[in-house]
Amino acid sequence: MSEIRFYLNPRFILGWRWLVFGLALVPWALWVGQVMQGQAGPEPGRYLLLNLGHGALWCLLLTLSLTPLTRLTGWKGFRVIRRQLGLWSLAYALMHLLCYVLFILGLEWSQLGKELVERPYIIVGALALTGLVVLGITSNRWAMQRLGRRWKPLHKSVYVILMLVMLHFLWVVRADLSTWSAYALVAAGLMLLRWPPLARRLSRRPRRMASS
Amino acid sequence: MLIKIRRRSEVKPSEITPESVYWNRRRFMQGVAGVGAGLALPGLSHAAAVSSAANPYPDVPQGRVPPAWFDAQRAEIKWRSVVPEDPKRDEVAPFAAATQYNNFYEFGGSKDDPARYAHTLKPEPWEVVVDGEVNHGGRIALEDLVSPSQLEERIYRLRCVEAWSMVIPWLGIPLADVIRRADPTRKAKYVRFETLYDPQQMRAQDSAFGLIDWPYVEGLRLDEAMNPLTLLAVGMYGRVLPNQNGAPIRLVVPWKYGFKSIKSIVRISLVETQPVNSWQKLQPSEYGFYANVNPQVDHPRWSQARERRLPNSLFSPNRIDTLMFNGYEDEVASLYQGMDLRQHY
Repeated sequence: MSEIRFYLNPRFILGWRWLVFGLALVPWALWVGQVMQGQAGPEPGRYLLLNLGHGALWCLLLTLSLTPLTRLTGWKGFRVIRRQLGLWSLAYALMHLLCYVLFILGLEWSQLGKELVERPYIIVGALALTGLVVLGITSNRWAMQRLGRRWKPLHKSVYVILMLVMLHFLWVVRADLSTWSAYALVAAGLMLLRWPPLARRLSRRPRRMASS
Repeated sequence: MLIKIRRRSEVKPSEITPESVYWNRRRFMQGVAGVGAGLALPGLSHAAAVSSAANPYPDVPQGRVPPAWFDAQRAEIKWRSVVPEDPKRDEVAPFAAATQYNNFYEFGGSKDDPARYAHTLKPEPWEVVVDGEVNHGGRIALEDLVSPSQLEERIYRLRCVEAWSMVIPWLGIPLADVIRRADPTRKAKYVRFETLYDPQQMRAQDSAFGLIDWPYVEGLRLDEAMNPLTLLAVGMYGRVLPNQNGAPIRLVVPWKYGFKSIKSIVRISLVETQPVNSWQKLQPSEYGFYANVNPQVDHPRWSQARERRLPNSLFSPNRIDTLMFNGYEDEVASLYQGMDLRQHY
């Protein structure tokens, strides 16, 4: 019975993946559009930089919400977009870095070296991005097979990456913690759902929402 | 004998653009800008023409109805009393940039929060308490504080501690005038300023996530406060200050980082000991009392050697070298002779 319920049609999966792909592009297109129309204020580079940073964190949090959501609902559709959303987080983070190098540093490479050594928020940001790159590179089937048993522990480092990202964000705050706190609350909630006693309770719930 | 030495930031008679040339250039620029921005709409240009005789910024919206004393003073304004030496490097920022992208943490932490939420501020009527080590203190109506002096326009570079900057034409009076009228006692060594505290008018003062201990406090050494460059501004772009820029009265100290230029001032106290300013209290390793613009002393989290002059665009980030004392070295360097500016940042 349950097997029939949770069976996802391959054509549905394909469509669902393309839908998620399209949705993930929307914020990017929106911000670039605003910049092109001169609606991004007097410092469009910084506008893009900040928004892309938020975008990367959003995608990361969404990625981490998929496993609890699967446990909660039993719907496999959440699982089939996990890698894609993780890769979107990487894509937004790379564009965030690109904006920093192009628009904030103005391509002064010597300055980049200096910032990488001297500024703690840049250091943790760079570490987090490096982590995302490693996870991105090892997210394909070939790498999964090559890594075998080591793949799962490697990809659990996403929790460390999340904490580095939150630290990176915290260290650019000057005097207003409200936005950071909202993200931190969500991040903490998602971490809490990984706590085994709670995680077990989630999956024991009746899976009545599965097919409706 | 009085020998007048011209300061670098003072305008030479030969540098002043003849009015006819100025207006022609403006009209040309408006024509060009109007094609894209709709400034050439008949309704708007008509409204602008009404006030253009006494106002070099006819395209700037006038905002709230100015108080009678401001209107009365308008004809007497000493336009362009201080202008940048290099008008090409220091082009005045568009009004929209200066009013829609700024820090005013009383209204929120984002650069667009002040423009969005400052409408709740009531800049009129307004009183400023002048107290402490003075012989003529008291609760003074804004009009009585400002009107005895002539309003001057000063076009200053404003360098934010966050490594961006804009050039802004302020209208105001020297702070020195106000201090002289208050007649400080011998004990007065510093000036302490305080912003309005009223969460009803300033929404973020209520926020549980704000880190600043309200009310906002700033301070200057008495000789810094008496320096002719130090301005008490009541207007910008030829009009009264918009709420988000610190209406109705704010400080402008052009050789210091922007956070020293405290907004919406309700109290000016002459004091004996050095005040603890809000940012220093919040993070003493990052923000000092002096906060002089200094390209050699970095903020712990970013470099201060260069700045992004705004507005910029994607592919010309407009990064320029930051100047010592924000380019006002001739006027103010003597104030800090013998001081280690690395230690007194």
